[in-house]
Amino acid sequence: MVGVAAETIKAEVRKLDGRVPESVVKEVESLLLKVSKKKAITHEQLQRVLDATVKSYLASLVEPGEAVGTIAAQSIGEPGTQMTLRTFHYAGVAELNVTLGLPRLIEILDTRRTPSAALMTVYLERPYAENKEKARALAQEIEMTTVEDVISQMEMDLINMQLVLSLNRSRLRQKELTPSKVAEIVSSELGSKTKVVLDETKLRIKTEGGSLSELRRLATKVRKIRLRGIKDVTKVVVKREGNEYVIYTEGSNLAGVFRIPGVDKRRTTTNNIREIEEVLGIEAARNAIISEMMETLKEQGLEVDIRHIMLVADIMTANGEVRQIGRHGVSGEKASVLARAAFEITLKHLLDACLKGEEDKLEGVVENIITGNPIPLGTGAVRLAMQGGNIGRE
Amino acid sequence: MRPPRAIESIHFTLLSPDDIRRISVTRIVTADTYDEDGFPIERGLMDRRLGVVDPGLRCKTCGSGPRDCPGHFGHIELARPVVHVNYVEPIFDLLRSTCRKCGRILLSEEVATKFREEMEGKKSWWEVSDKVLQSVSKVDKCPHCGEKQLEIKFEKPFTFLEGKNRLTPQDIRARLERIPTEDSTLLGVSPEIRPEWMVLTVLLVPPVTVRPSITLETGVRSEDDLTHKLVDIIRINQRLAENIEAGAPHLIVEDLWELLQYHVATYFSNEISGVPPARHRSGRVLRTLSQRLKGKEGRFRGNLSGKRVDFSARAVVSPDPCLKLDEVGVPEQVARVLTVRTRVTSFNIEEMREYVRRGPKVHPGANWVISPDGKRYDLRYADREELAKNLEPGYVVERHLQNGDVVLFNRQPSLHRMSIMAHKVRVMPGRTFRLNLCVCPLYNADFDGDEMNLHVPQSEEAQVEAKVLMAVQNQIISPRFGGPIIGGVQDHITGVYLLTRRGTLLTKEQAHQLLIEAGVTASLPQPAVVRGGKEYWTGKQIFSQLLPKGLNITYRAKICAGCSKCMKEECEKDAYVVVRDGELIHGVIDAHGYKALDKCELLDEMVREYGEEVTAEFLNKVTRLSIAAARMLGFTTSIDDEDIPPITKERIEEALEKARKRVEQLIEIYNRGELEPLPGRSLRETLEMRIMEVLAEVRDKAGEIAEKHLSLANPAVIMARTGARGSMLNLTQMAACVGQQSVRGERLSRGYVGRVLPHFKPGDLGAEARGFVSSSYKEGLRPIEFFFHAMGGREGLVDTAVRTAQSGYMQRRLINALQDLRVEYDGTVRDDRGRIVQFLYGEDGVDPMRADNGKPVNVSKIVRKIIGVVEED
Ligand SMILES: [Mg+2]
Ligand SMILES: [Zn+2]
Ligand SMILES: [Zn+2]
Ligand SMILES: [Zn+2]
Repeated sequence: MVGVAAETIKAEVRKLDGRVPESVVKEVESLLLKVSKKKAITHEQLQRVLDATVKSYLASLVEPGEAVGTIAAQSIGEPGTQMTLRTFHYAGVAELNVTLGLPRLIEILDTRRTPSAALMTVYLERPYAENKEKARALAQEIEMTTVEDVISQMEMDLINMQLVLSLNRSRLRQKELTPSKVAEIVSSELGSKTKVVLDETKLRIKTEGGSLSELRRLATKVRKIRLRGIKDVTKVVVKREGNEYVIYTEGSNLAGVFRIPGVDKRRTTTNNIREIEEVLGIEAARNAIISEMMETLKEQGLEVDIRHIMLVADIMTANGEVRQIGRHGVSGEKASVLARAAFEITLKHLLDACLKGEEDKLEGVVENIITGNPIPLGTGAVRLAMQGGNIGRE
Repeated sequence: MRPPRAIESIHFTLLSPDDIRRISVTRIVTADTYDEDGFPIERGLMDRRLGVVDPGLRCKTCGSGPRDCPGHFGHIELARPVVHVNYVEPIFDLLRSTCRKCGRILLSEEVATKFREEMEGKKSWWEVSDKVLQSVSKVDKCPHCGEKQLEIKFEKPFTFLEGKNRLTPQDIRARLERIPTEDSTLLGVSPEIRPEWMVLTVLLVPPVTVRPSITLETGVRSEDDLTHKLVDIIRINQRLAENIEAGAPHLIVEDLWELLQYHVATYFSNEISGVPPARHRSGRVLRTLSQRLKGKEGRFRGNLSGKRVDFSARAVVSPDPCLKLDEVGVPEQVARVLTVRTRVTSFNIEEMREYVRRGPKVHPGANWVISPDGKRYDLRYADREELAKNLEPGYVVERHLQNGDVVLFNRQPSLHRMSIMAHKVRVMPGRTFRLNLCVCPLYNADFDGDEMNLHVPQSEEAQVEAKVLMAVQNQIISPRFGGPIIGGVQDHITGVYLLTRRGTLLTKEQAHQLLIEAGVTASLPQPAVVRGGKEYWTGKQIFSQLLPKGLNITYRAKICAGCSKCMKEECEKDAYVVVRDGELIHGVIDAHGYKALDKCELLDEMVREYGEEVTAEFLNKVTRLSIAAARMLGFTTSIDDEDIPPITKERIEEALEKARKRVEQLIEIYNRGELEPLPGRSLRETLEMRIMEVLAEVRDKAGEIAEKHLSLANPAVIMARTGARGSMLNLTQMAACVGQQSVRGERLSRGYVGRVLPHFKPGDLGAEARGFVSSSYKEGLRPIEFFFHAMGGREGLVDTAVRTAQSGYMQRRLINALQDLRVEYDGTVRDDRGRIVQFLYGEDGVDPMRADNGKPVNVSKIVRKIIGVVEED
């Protein structure tokens, strides 16, 4: 017996389009094609597979009214008790610290401006990705070098009221800098009010004011002057990953690395969600929230369905900007006065609501619990046009 | 009592003085509460028009008794106005943004109109007022009347200054009165509210029901904190009025006014910074209005979003392997108190009559009868015989809880929905709630004194909902990851392993015994072995009797050592499980078969193919079977399971000694400055990392050496390897070497200067000095090791405590942010405002609980079923 042709399978499977998700259609097609090579598939069998697929998909749909929010919150919150509190070393890159477990999860939900351990994974384009030396050189370019990094000593000369910096030659060479270059950057950074004199490897910096406290202030300022590299990127590590070289950085500045030629802008990423929002936009931020949370949970060996995490990411990004899960974000912007008051800062919410003459329409969960009504979720979401008192009466 | 009407919405606003007078039933003028006879004084704070709380009294306003009277408000006319402390900030904003003379906003008409237009029709119009406030720059001349403006300063808690002059509440009120409503709206005050209402001239007095007095056993009345505060207010108010009347010196009037302000302020909130809190005579700080609402135990979180309920019980829980998965053992004592409202019908009237006759003291009885006209009869006192006779359809009987009733069972913390499930009642002797062991992981319950709660749904609707949606069987699949979370625990795994492993042969009597204990009545299959005229059955055959026909599955058991090349059916450990048509052909059943929170391959397949009822029944049987098997085949573990022969001990000792030397070497290299630093690490860090590496390695090595003597013949090893309880790490720590103790992921280092304990030289970096425990638990730890171990152990305890608090708060925030979301009929996910959060739930509309390993459809399974088995590549 000869089975149906590959063309027929393709045509028939395409009829599933719109009835089941794209991914399922593709899977059915590829699997059937694979099977048909080894075994003849009859028309009837093909039809049965397609029918069963649709049936199975329809059977797996969520029910209307399902309290998907609460389930998502519980699915993420409940395993929280099983997570570690410690910060461990990054898997693979022992040189970099990374926040993991519960603290990281909380950090993501808080959408902190700067995560406690900001980290970038910088992928490289063609010639750099394959050549270790070129990757190294690029890493050098990214790593932030400050004055502090290239001096062996900084003295405060109180007699002449000046700072004397001893430049370390070998470190300068390592960072591909020259004393004159350093002097140039420092003097342009400090402006015309300070005089910078280079004397072999000694850098003398004199300021106009000349008080001791001013000298101290100057010293701290000089230390932090950036000589090269990208702001905030404090450490770089080049690692071979598969068949390419990847740069890991401590400290994050996505916009900064994107400006460097040779950096693969499509794959390079950071764990700072706010930064992704600013540089790549809200959709990217949503994806970053999902992947960061999934990774955090997976690393802890906890299995959580991605749909729950998507929902959290979606509510955090639903109105176009990343909002925190908490009183300064989603919870603080609830429609209901009672819901806000029942969460945190009870009084302020009540007092403000009075002044603004707000109205609570009682459409959420907490409000209805407070007023003693059924909640508008699940079976409570169903409204029937029938009065209980009339049952059984003529 | 009037039936409560459904609340449609709640409007928040401020009350005008006239509003207050209108809703007030009486003006309160005297600070005295009760007369000598203990009767409430008229126009006092306990005036009977404000409602009643004492039994026997009737409310003078509504005529009802204490049960039905909701209470009624009164009011106090203040002799002089005072500011409402909670509104000082809006008052300040209003004062400095409006003209001191004409009261208009300090913006040109043009700008103001622009803002007004922006506000027009905006739902959250107040967001504009923030901008308005910012743009009301420090104008020194009113754009409307040209009056020169003075700078207004606000001094906490409630003093306003204009230049050097203090603005009295009267002045403030006068100014606020001058602000036109259009202008105050621009500044964030609702158009229906007059700004001057934030300066109080009349004070609302809450009903007595809000501040009931308590009569102590001694007969002394103790008043509520609010009443105390109100007494203070009335007293000072009176004195102030008298002094004004008598034309007392300005200074005295000012002082009293200030005092009145203080009392009214602390009446609203007793936690104002810069204001000494008002105290009770005993020195206790009073709990006034704000404090009543705030915080975890406040009105909102403590009484409104979480309420106390009737028809509930709480007791210690204990296990009962004879109970079914979905049952809960309820002590008879509890069943006699908890009742179910049952409507008498023609179908159950005889049954109900019997319950009524038996009354409250005999178990399946009843406690109350309610006649159709709403009259309640207490069966403790009523003539039960008479009542039973008169019973007819339409009556309601509150009958005792009995077998088969649906109840909700709960253990806190209720972290997920499986923390509250519906069980069927089994009334039994004893004083604890009993539960099947399989549900322990869901509730996270153990029996070291855990208590659980039980709730009895009263209406038929609630009972059905509980049964259909919350029953234990319906929770076998976790909504978190879509796999089974109910399963066997501990001995359930050991027992079934002993039964299904190779070489377990059972005589006919044994086989029957096991099956009958499991509750299987089917006849035995053909014996596997006939030896010496006697028939024998394998354990696998017995186990197969519980599997549904047609079940097919192949997977690797937990005991699989992860051999590089799997021998499949020929696996010498029998770790390759093959089930064909409901027959266990190869492999042993262990944690990967049906353990809760493990891989659960067998259960997973069963739930998907046969549904929850079949799986629940399987669990009921298999747990009983495995316990019976463990009992029959014998299983015991004791401390000598961790015995290892002296030669092995020596070899472990050797390995440890080698490692010690290696550590010393490393330290020496480090001291000589020859250590090669790891990239990005300091020398010291590198040394630590290298030492930790060596010590971790040697612990593993010691474990490995010991493991050679810990085979599957060892009961403790059986438990660890099958995943029933404990791990090989636990065992080797007992048998061979405990290993490095750590705090914050590093070797121990804190304590004395340069050393952890004074037994070592300062700066000693050796293994022993920094918390390496080379003894095993079985040998016992040396005192120093014991101390180190305690250090490491303490971190674990602190960690757990901190983590529970942190994750608890995280979950509260998550729940609050997400709880209003639901799936609509169009497949979108929306919040309470109706705003769309997702266009299609989870991007494919699939319920994680119904998904197959996260995927909407298990295509390969369908193909395999319809087209047949396809060879794996
Ligand atoms: Mg316990
Ligand atoms: Zn009343
Ligand atoms: Zn004016
Ligand atoms: Zn194997």
